[in-house]
Amino acid sequence: MQPKKKTLRPIVTGSSVLGIKYKDGVILASDTLGSYGSLARFRDIRRIVPITKHTVIGGTGEFSDFQEITKILRQKIIENQELVESGKEEDELLPSEIHSYLSRVLYGRRNKFNPLWNDVVVAGFEKGKVHMGTVDLWGSYFEDDIIATGYGTYFALPLMRKAYKKDMERDKALEVLRDCLTVLFYRDCRTINRYVFAEITKEGVNITDPVEIETKWEIADWQEGKL
Amino acid sequence: MFDLEKDFLYDLSKEVKTGTTVMAVTFENGVIIAADSRTSSGSYAVNRVTDKLTPVQDQIYCLRSGSAADTQIISSYVSYYTNMFSIEEGSQPTVKKAAHMFREFLYQNKQYLHAAIICAGWDPIEGGSVYSLPLGGSIVKQPFATGGSGSTYLYGYCDMNFKENMTEEEAEKFVTYGITEAIARDGGSGGIVRKAIIDKNGVRRKTVYGNKLKKFWEK
Repeated sequence: MQPKKKTLRPIVTGSSVLGIKYKDGVILASDTLGSYGSLARFRDIRRIVPITKHTVIGGTGEFSDFQEITKILRQKIIENQELVESGKEEDELLPSEIHSYLSRVLYGRRNKFNPLWNDVVVAGFEKGKVHMGTVDLWGSYFEDDIIATGYGTYFALPLMRKAYKKDMERDKALEVLRDCLTVLFYRDCRTINRYVFAEITKEGVNITDPVEIETKWEIADWQEGKL
Repeated sequence: MFDLEKDFLYDLSKEVKTGTTVMAVTFENGVIIAADSRTSSGSYAVNRVTDKLTPVQDQIYCLRSGSAADTQIISSYVSYYTNMFSIEEGSQPTVKKAAHMFREFLYQNKQYLHAAIICAGWDPIEGGSVYSLPLGGSIVKQPFATGGSGSTYLYGYCDMNFKENMTEEEAEKFVTYGITEAIARDGGSGGIVRKAIIDKNGVRRKTVYGNKLKKFWEK
Protein backbone atom coordinates (compact mmCIF):
# COMPACT_ATOMS: atom_id res chain seq x y z
CA MET A 1 0.00 0.00 0.00
CA GLN A 2 1.34 3.44 -0.94
CA PRO A 3 1.97 5.83 1.98
CA LYS A 4 -0.30 8.87 2.05
CA LYS A 5 1.66 11.75 0.65
CA LYS A 6 0.53 15.17 1.83
CA THR A 7 2.32 18.41 2.59
CA LEU A 8 1.83 18.31 6.33
CA ARG A 9 3.67 21.51 7.10
CA PRO A 10 6.25 23.65 5.31
CA ILE A 11 9.83 22.69 6.19
CA VAL A 12 12.22 24.81 4.11
CA THR A 13 10.51 28.14 3.54
CA GLY A 14 11.07 31.32 1.59
CA SER A 15 9.84 34.68 2.77
CA SER A 16 8.43 37.62 0.78
CA VAL A 17 8.45 38.28 -2.95
CA LEU A 18 7.75 41.84 -4.15
CA GLY A 19 6.75 43.08 -7.58
CA ILE A 20 6.11 46.51 -9.06
CA LYS A 21 5.22 47.70 -12.56
CA TYR A 22 7.03 50.66 -14.06
CA LYS A 23 7.20 52.50 -17.38
CA ASP A 24 9.08 49.90 -19.41
CA GLY A 25 8.12 46.70 -17.62
CA VAL A 26 8.08 45.10 -14.19
CA ILE A 27 10.63 44.33 -11.46
CA LEU A 28 10.40 41.51 -8.93
CA ALA A 29 12.58 41.19 -5.84
CA SER A 30 13.21 38.68 -3.08
CA ASP A 31 15.95 37.60 -0.72
CA THR A 32 17.96 34.42 -1.24
CA LEU A 33 17.16 32.65 2.04
CA GLY A 34 15.63 29.22 2.61
CA SER A 35 14.73 29.03 6.30
CA TYR A 36 14.56 25.76 8.18
CA GLY A 37 12.18 26.85 10.92
CA SER A 38 14.09 29.68 12.56
CA LEU A 39 17.47 28.50 11.21
CA ALA A 40 18.80 30.49 8.29
CA ARG A 41 19.90 27.28 6.61
CA PHE A 42 20.24 27.88 2.87
CA ARG A 43 21.48 31.38 2.20
CA ASP A 44 21.95 31.32 -1.56
CA ILE A 45 18.77 29.91 -3.09
CA ARG A 46 16.82 31.42 -5.98
CA ARG A 47 13.17 32.11 -5.27
CA ILE A 48 12.64 34.01 -8.53
CA VAL A 49 13.21 31.92 -11.66
CA PRO A 50 12.60 32.38 -15.39
CA ILE A 51 10.04 30.16 -17.04
CA THR A 52 10.12 31.47 -20.61
CA LYS A 53 11.97 34.30 -22.32
CA HIS A 54 9.23 36.66 -21.14
CA THR A 55 7.96 35.20 -17.88
CA VAL A 56 9.31 34.74 -14.36
CA ILE A 57 7.78 33.28 -11.25
CA GLY A 58 8.64 34.03 -7.64
CA GLY A 59 7.73 31.84 -4.69
CA THR A 60 6.98 32.26 -1.01
CA GLY A 61 6.47 29.24 1.25
CA GLU A 62 7.69 25.67 0.94
CA PHE A 63 10.75 25.65 -1.29
CA SER A 64 10.42 22.07 -2.50
CA ASP A 65 6.90 22.83 -3.74
CA PHE A 66 8.20 25.91 -5.52
CA GLN A 67 10.83 23.78 -7.25
CA GLU A 68 8.06 21.36 -8.24
CA ILE A 69 6.00 24.23 -9.66
CA THR A 70 9.02 25.34 -11.68
CA LYS A 71 9.30 21.81 -13.06
CA ILE A 72 5.59 21.58 -13.89
CA LEU A 73 5.59 24.91 -15.72
CA ARG A 74 8.80 24.31 -17.64
CA GLN A 75 7.43 20.93 -18.70
CA LYS A 76 4.28 22.65 -19.94
CA ILE A 77 6.44 25.05 -21.95
CA ILE A 78 8.26 22.13 -23.58
CA GLU A 79 4.97 20.44 -24.45
CA ASN A 80 3.70 23.69 -25.91
CA GLN A 81 6.92 24.09 -27.93
CA GLU A 82 6.32 20.74 -29.53
CA LEU A 83 2.81 21.81 -30.51
CA VAL A 84 4.17 25.07 -31.93
CA GLU A 85 6.72 23.18 -34.00
CA SER A 86 4.11 20.84 -35.36
CA GLY A 87 1.94 23.81 -36.24
CA LYS A 88 -0.90 23.03 -33.83
CA GLU A 89 -0.22 26.01 -31.55
CA GLU A 90 0.48 29.61 -32.45
CA ASP A 91 3.25 30.66 -30.21
CA GLU A 92 5.03 30.37 -26.88
CA LEU A 93 2.77 30.36 -23.84
CA LEU A 94 1.94 33.85 -22.58
CA PRO A 95 2.49 34.92 -18.95
CA SER A 96 -1.25 35.23 -18.42
CA GLU A 97 -1.73 31.69 -19.75
CA ILE A 98 0.99 30.36 -17.46
CA HIS A 99 -0.62 32.21 -14.57
CA SER A 100 -4.02 30.80 -15.40
CA TYR A 101 -2.70 27.27 -15.78
CA LEU A 102 -0.87 27.48 -12.47
CA SER A 103 -4.01 28.61 -10.68
CA ARG A 104 -5.80 25.47 -11.93
CA VAL A 105 -2.96 23.26 -10.79
CA LEU A 106 -2.91 24.81 -7.31
CA TYR A 107 -6.67 24.74 -6.96
CA GLY A 108 -6.77 21.10 -7.99
CA ARG A 109 -4.18 20.23 -5.37
CA ARG A 110 -6.05 22.13 -2.67
CA ASN A 111 -9.20 20.19 -3.46
CA LYS A 112 -7.31 16.99 -2.78
CA PHE A 113 -6.08 18.37 0.56
CA ASN A 114 -2.53 18.15 -0.70
CA PRO A 115 -1.58 21.75 -1.52
CA LEU A 116 1.61 23.02 -3.02
CA TRP A 117 2.35 25.25 -0.06
CA ASN A 118 3.25 28.43 -1.89
CA ASP A 119 2.24 31.95 -2.72
CA VAL A 120 3.51 32.36 -6.30
CA VAL A 121 4.04 35.62 -8.16
CA VAL A 122 3.76 35.32 -11.95
CA ALA A 123 5.07 38.24 -13.99
CA GLY A 124 5.82 38.77 -17.66
CA PHE A 125 5.56 40.78 -20.82
CA GLU A 126 2.88 40.02 -23.40
CA LYS A 127 1.41 41.95 -26.32
CA GLY A 128 3.31 45.09 -25.36
CA LYS A 129 2.01 45.13 -21.79
CA VAL A 130 3.04 43.78 -18.41
CA HIS A 131 1.11 40.97 -16.80
CA MET A 132 1.60 40.42 -13.07
CA GLY A 133 -0.33 38.61 -10.39
CA THR A 134 -0.28 35.93 -7.73
CA VAL A 135 -1.74 32.49 -7.07
CA ASP A 136 -1.66 30.97 -3.64
CA LEU A 137 -1.89 27.54 -2.03
CA TRP A 138 -5.68 27.79 -2.03
CA GLY A 139 -5.84 28.46 -5.75
CA SER A 140 -6.82 32.14 -5.33
CA TYR A 141 -5.94 34.13 -8.45
CA PHE A 142 -5.15 37.82 -8.27
CA GLU A 143 -3.71 40.48 -10.64
CA ASP A 144 -2.38 43.93 -9.81
CA ASP A 145 0.29 46.55 -10.60
CA ILE A 146 1.94 46.08 -7.21
CA ILE A 147 2.39 42.69 -5.65
CA ALA A 148 3.75 41.38 -2.36
CA THR A 149 3.61 37.97 -0.70
CA GLY A 150 4.38 36.72 2.80
CA TYR A 151 5.31 39.41 5.29
CA GLY A 152 5.59 41.75 2.36
CA THR A 153 1.80 42.06 2.29
CA TYR A 154 1.91 43.71 5.72
CA PHE A 155 5.04 45.81 5.45
CA ALA A 156 5.80 46.39 1.79
CA LEU A 157 2.34 46.78 0.25
CA PRO A 158 1.42 49.98 2.15
CA LEU A 159 4.78 51.54 1.22
CA MET A 160 4.45 50.47 -2.40
CA ARG A 161 0.88 51.73 -2.63
CA LYS A 162 1.97 55.17 -1.43
CA ALA A 163 4.91 55.37 -3.83
CA TYR A 164 3.37 53.76 -6.94
CA LYS A 165 2.46 55.88 -9.93
CA LYS A 166 1.40 54.48 -13.28
CA ASP A 167 4.36 54.48 -15.70
CA MET A 168 6.84 55.41 -12.99
CA GLU A 169 10.56 55.58 -13.78
CA ARG A 170 12.82 52.55 -13.39
CA ASP A 171 14.99 54.21 -10.73
CA LYS A 172 11.98 55.12 -8.66
CA ALA A 173 10.66 51.56 -8.87
CA LEU A 174 14.00 50.13 -7.75
CA GLU A 175 14.15 52.67 -4.91
CA VAL A 176 10.73 51.62 -3.65
CA LEU A 177 11.68 47.96 -3.80
CA ARG A 178 14.95 48.57 -1.95
CA ASP A 179 13.14 50.49 0.79
CA CYS A 180 10.61 47.70 1.19
CA LEU A 181 13.29 45.01 1.25
CA THR A 182 15.18 46.96 3.94
CA VAL A 183 12.07 47.28 6.10
CA LEU A 184 11.46 43.57 5.67
CA PHE A 185 15.04 42.80 6.67
CA TYR A 186 14.55 44.88 9.84
CA ARG A 187 11.19 43.41 10.79
CA ASP A 188 10.85 39.92 9.30
CA CYS A 189 12.87 37.40 11.31
CA ARG A 190 13.04 35.05 8.34
CA THR A 191 15.07 37.22 5.96
CA ILE A 192 18.70 37.97 5.20
CA ASN A 193 20.39 40.95 3.61
CA ARG A 194 20.98 39.33 0.25
CA TYR A 195 18.62 40.08 -2.62
CA VAL A 196 17.94 39.26 -6.22
CA PHE A 197 16.07 41.52 -8.66
CA ALA A 198 14.30 40.25 -11.77
CA GLU A 199 13.50 42.79 -14.44
CA ILE A 200 11.20 42.02 -17.37
CA THR A 201 10.87 44.35 -20.32
CA LYS A 202 9.90 43.81 -23.93
CA GLU A 203 13.53 42.78 -24.47
CA GLY A 204 13.19 39.86 -22.12
CA VAL A 205 14.14 38.75 -18.63
CA ASN A 206 17.17 39.89 -16.62
CA ILE A 207 17.80 38.43 -13.17
CA THR A 208 20.62 40.07 -11.20
CA ASP A 209 23.25 38.39 -9.06
CA PRO A 210 22.69 38.70 -5.30
CA VAL A 211 23.33 42.15 -3.80
CA GLU A 212 23.33 43.60 -0.33
CA ILE A 213 21.46 46.75 0.76
CA GLU A 214 22.67 49.28 3.34
CA THR A 215 21.00 49.24 6.73
CA LYS A 216 20.68 51.95 9.37
CA TRP A 217 21.25 51.31 13.05
CA GLU A 218 21.61 54.80 14.51
CA ILE A 219 18.38 54.41 16.47
CA ALA A 220 20.20 51.87 18.65
CA ASP A 221 21.79 54.78 20.49
CA TRP A 222 18.37 56.03 21.58
CA GLN A 223 17.44 52.66 23.08
CA GLU A 224 20.42 51.86 25.28
CA GLY A 225 19.75 51.50 28.99
CA LYS A 226 16.04 50.89 28.75
CA LEU A 227 14.50 47.47 29.10
CA MET B 1 1.45 18.45 14.22
CA PHE B 2 1.20 21.70 12.29
CA ASP B 3 -1.85 23.75 13.26
CA LEU B 4 -2.81 26.12 10.46
CA GLU B 5 -4.35 28.64 12.81
CA LYS B 6 -1.83 28.57 15.60
CA ASP B 7 1.38 28.14 13.67
CA PHE B 8 0.71 29.88 10.38
CA LEU B 9 -2.04 32.48 10.40
CA TYR B 10 -1.87 34.00 13.88
CA ASP B 11 1.88 34.31 14.09
CA LEU B 12 1.64 37.91 15.23
CA SER B 13 -0.40 37.09 18.30
CA LYS B 14 2.44 35.02 19.74
CA GLU B 15 3.85 36.10 23.09
CA VAL B 16 6.71 38.54 22.80
CA LYS B 17 9.93 36.66 23.41
CA THR B 18 13.54 37.63 23.26
CA GLY B 19 14.39 34.93 20.70
CA THR B 20 17.95 35.68 21.32
CA THR B 21 21.65 35.08 21.49
CA VAL B 22 23.49 36.05 24.67
CA MET B 23 27.02 35.27 25.86
CA ALA B 24 29.00 35.94 29.01
CA VAL B 25 32.69 35.17 29.33
CA THR B 26 35.15 35.52 32.20
CA PHE B 27 38.57 36.86 31.27
CA GLU B 28 41.67 37.82 33.24
CA ASN B 29 40.26 41.08 34.65
CA GLY B 30 36.52 40.43 34.88
CA VAL B 31 33.68 39.47 32.56
CA ILE B 32 32.53 40.47 29.09
CA ILE B 33 28.86 40.11 28.27
CA ALA B 34 27.28 40.42 24.84
CA ALA B 35 23.88 40.06 23.20
CA ASP B 36 22.06 40.62 19.92
CA SER B 37 19.29 43.22 19.74
CA ARG B 38 16.20 41.49 18.34
CA THR B 39 12.93 40.98 20.23
CA SER B 40 10.62 38.80 18.17
CA SER B 41 6.94 37.92 18.30
CA GLY B 42 6.74 34.80 16.17
CA SER B 43 8.62 35.93 13.11
CA TYR B 44 7.93 39.66 13.52
CA ALA B 45 10.79 41.71 14.93
CA VAL B 46 9.04 43.85 17.51
CA ASN B 47 12.22 45.66 18.51
CA ARG B 48 15.37 45.55 16.38
CA VAL B 49 17.53 47.57 18.80
CA THR B 50 16.66 45.94 22.14
CA ASP B 51 19.02 46.28 25.08
CA LYS B 52 19.25 42.83 26.65
CA LEU B 53 22.16 43.77 28.90
CA THR B 54 20.22 44.65 32.02
CA PRO B 55 21.95 46.16 35.06
CA VAL B 56 21.08 44.59 38.39
CA GLN B 57 23.72 46.43 40.38
CA ASP B 58 26.56 48.72 39.38
CA GLN B 59 28.83 45.85 38.48
CA ILE B 60 26.35 43.01 38.12
CA TYR B 61 24.42 42.55 34.90
CA CYS B 62 21.98 39.98 33.66
CA LEU B 63 21.37 38.69 30.11
CA ARG B 64 17.74 37.89 29.40
CA SER B 65 16.26 35.22 27.13
CA GLY B 66 12.81 33.68 26.93
CA SER B 67 9.66 35.65 27.64
CA ALA B 68 10.42 39.37 27.53
CA ALA B 69 7.76 40.14 30.16
CA ASP B 70 8.95 37.48 32.61
CA THR B 71 12.63 38.39 32.42
CA GLN B 72 11.98 42.11 32.67
CA ILE B 73 9.94 41.84 35.85
CA ILE B 74 12.33 39.39 37.49
CA SER B 75 15.34 41.61 36.80
CA SER B 76 13.42 44.52 38.31
CA TYR B 77 12.70 42.49 41.45
CA VAL B 78 16.26 41.24 41.82
CA SER B 79 17.59 44.75 41.26
CA TYR B 80 15.23 46.05 43.96
CA TYR B 81 16.08 43.36 46.50
CA THR B 82 19.82 43.62 45.92
CA ASN B 83 19.50 47.36 46.55
CA MET B 84 17.81 46.56 49.88
CA PHE B 85 20.67 44.20 50.60
CA SER B 86 23.36 46.84 50.12
CA ILE B 87 21.48 49.25 52.39
CA GLU B 88 21.18 46.65 55.15
CA GLU B 89 24.61 45.05 54.84
CA GLY B 90 26.49 48.24 54.07
CA SER B 91 28.34 46.62 51.20
CA GLN B 92 27.67 45.70 47.59
CA PRO B 93 26.18 42.24 47.03
CA THR B 94 28.40 39.70 45.32
CA VAL B 95 27.51 38.26 41.93
CA LYS B 96 26.85 34.98 43.77
CA LYS B 97 24.19 36.63 45.93
CA ALA B 98 22.48 38.22 42.93
CA ALA B 99 22.57 34.97 40.97
CA HIS B 100 21.07 33.06 43.88
CA MET B 101 18.34 35.65 44.17
CA PHE B 102 17.50 35.06 40.51
CA ARG B 103 17.46 31.37 41.21
CA GLU B 104 14.93 31.84 44.01
CA PHE B 105 12.51 33.64 41.68
CA LEU B 106 12.95 31.26 38.77
CA TYR B 107 12.74 28.11 40.83
CA GLN B 108 9.79 28.97 43.10
CA ASN B 109 7.71 30.19 40.16
CA LYS B 110 8.80 27.67 37.59
CA GLN B 111 5.24 26.71 36.53
CA TYR B 112 4.45 30.24 35.51
CA LEU B 113 7.67 31.45 34.00
CA HIS B 114 9.45 31.05 30.71
CA ALA B 115 12.69 32.74 31.63
CA ALA B 116 16.35 31.85 31.26
CA ILE B 117 18.94 34.23 32.61
CA ILE B 118 22.69 34.59 32.70
CA CYS B 119 23.91 36.59 35.68
CA ALA B 120 27.43 37.97 35.28
CA GLY B 121 29.54 40.63 36.92
CA TRP B 122 32.55 41.57 38.99
CA ASP B 123 32.96 41.66 42.76
CA PRO B 124 36.10 42.07 44.89
CA ILE B 125 35.79 38.54 46.37
CA GLU B 126 35.56 36.34 43.26
CA GLY B 127 36.61 38.76 40.54
CA GLY B 128 34.60 38.08 37.39
CA SER B 129 31.94 35.36 37.55
CA VAL B 130 29.24 33.97 35.28
CA TYR B 131 26.17 32.08 36.48
CA SER B 132 23.78 30.27 34.16
CA LEU B 133 20.13 30.05 35.22
CA PRO B 134 18.24 27.93 32.70
CA LEU B 135 14.49 27.29 32.43
CA GLY B 136 13.82 25.05 35.45
CA GLY B 137 15.54 27.32 37.97
CA SER B 138 18.83 25.50 38.40
CA ILE B 139 21.96 27.55 38.96
CA VAL B 140 25.32 26.66 37.45
CA LYS B 141 28.55 28.63 37.80
CA GLN B 142 30.60 28.49 34.60
CA PRO B 143 33.70 30.13 33.11
CA PHE B 144 31.51 31.16 30.17
CA ALA B 145 27.85 30.76 29.26
CA THR B 146 25.63 31.13 26.22
CA GLY B 147 21.87 31.40 26.05
CA GLY B 148 18.88 31.99 23.83
CA SER B 149 17.72 30.39 20.60
CA GLY B 150 20.92 31.39 18.80
CA SER B 151 23.16 29.70 21.33
CA THR B 152 22.62 26.32 19.64
CA TYR B 153 24.84 27.57 16.83
CA LEU B 154 27.64 28.45 19.25
CA TYR B 155 28.32 25.26 21.18
CA GLY B 156 30.86 24.09 18.64
CA TYR B 157 32.38 27.53 18.23
CA CYS B 158 32.74 28.06 22.00
CA ASP B 159 34.09 24.61 22.80
CA MET B 160 36.77 25.06 20.17
CA ASN B 161 37.76 28.67 20.91
CA PHE B 162 37.36 29.33 24.62
CA LYS B 163 40.46 29.63 26.79
CA GLU B 164 40.64 30.49 30.51
CA ASN B 165 42.13 33.87 31.49
CA MET B 166 41.96 35.46 28.04
CA THR B 167 43.04 39.05 27.61
CA GLU B 168 40.33 41.67 27.24
CA GLU B 169 41.00 41.89 23.52
CA GLU B 170 40.78 38.11 22.99
CA ALA B 171 37.62 37.85 25.07
CA GLU B 172 35.98 40.76 23.23
CA LYS B 173 36.68 39.12 19.89
CA PHE B 174 35.39 35.79 21.21
CA VAL B 175 31.98 37.17 22.13
CA THR B 176 31.62 39.54 19.18
CA TYR B 177 32.31 36.86 16.58
CA GLY B 178 30.06 34.45 18.47
CA ILE B 179 27.05 36.77 18.50
CA THR B 180 27.74 37.72 14.87
CA GLU B 181 27.66 34.11 13.72
CA ALA B 182 24.52 33.36 15.71
CA ILE B 183 22.81 36.41 14.18
CA ALA B 184 23.77 35.11 10.74
CA ARG B 185 22.12 31.74 11.34
CA ASP B 186 19.36 32.21 13.91
CA GLY B 187 16.14 33.84 12.71
CA GLY B 188 15.32 34.73 16.32
CA SER B 189 18.48 36.83 16.62
CA GLY B 190 19.45 39.91 14.70
CA GLY B 191 20.35 43.57 14.65
CA ILE B 192 23.43 44.85 16.46
CA VAL B 193 25.87 43.40 18.99
CA ARG B 194 25.71 45.12 22.37
CA LYS B 195 28.67 44.44 24.68
CA ALA B 196 29.66 45.40 28.20
CA ILE B 197 33.04 44.89 29.84
CA ILE B 198 32.78 44.62 33.63
CA ASP B 199 35.92 44.77 35.74
CA LYS B 200 37.14 46.41 38.95
CA ASN B 201 36.94 49.85 37.32
CA GLY B 202 33.28 49.57 36.45
CA VAL B 203 31.30 48.96 33.28
CA ARG B 204 32.20 49.96 29.72
CA ARG B 205 29.46 49.56 27.12
CA LYS B 206 30.10 49.09 23.43
CA THR B 207 28.03 48.54 20.32
CA VAL B 208 28.78 46.99 16.94
CA TYR B 209 26.24 48.09 14.35
CA GLY B 210 24.50 45.58 12.07
CA ASN B 211 26.19 46.78 8.93
CA LYS B 212 29.62 46.70 10.57
CA LEU B 213 29.46 43.08 11.73
CA LYS B 214 32.26 40.92 10.38
CA LYS B 215 31.20 38.65 7.55
CA PHE B 216 32.01 34.98 7.71
CA TRP B 217 31.08 32.43 5.02
CA GLU B 218 27.87 33.86 3.66
CA LYS B 219 26.40 31.43 1.15
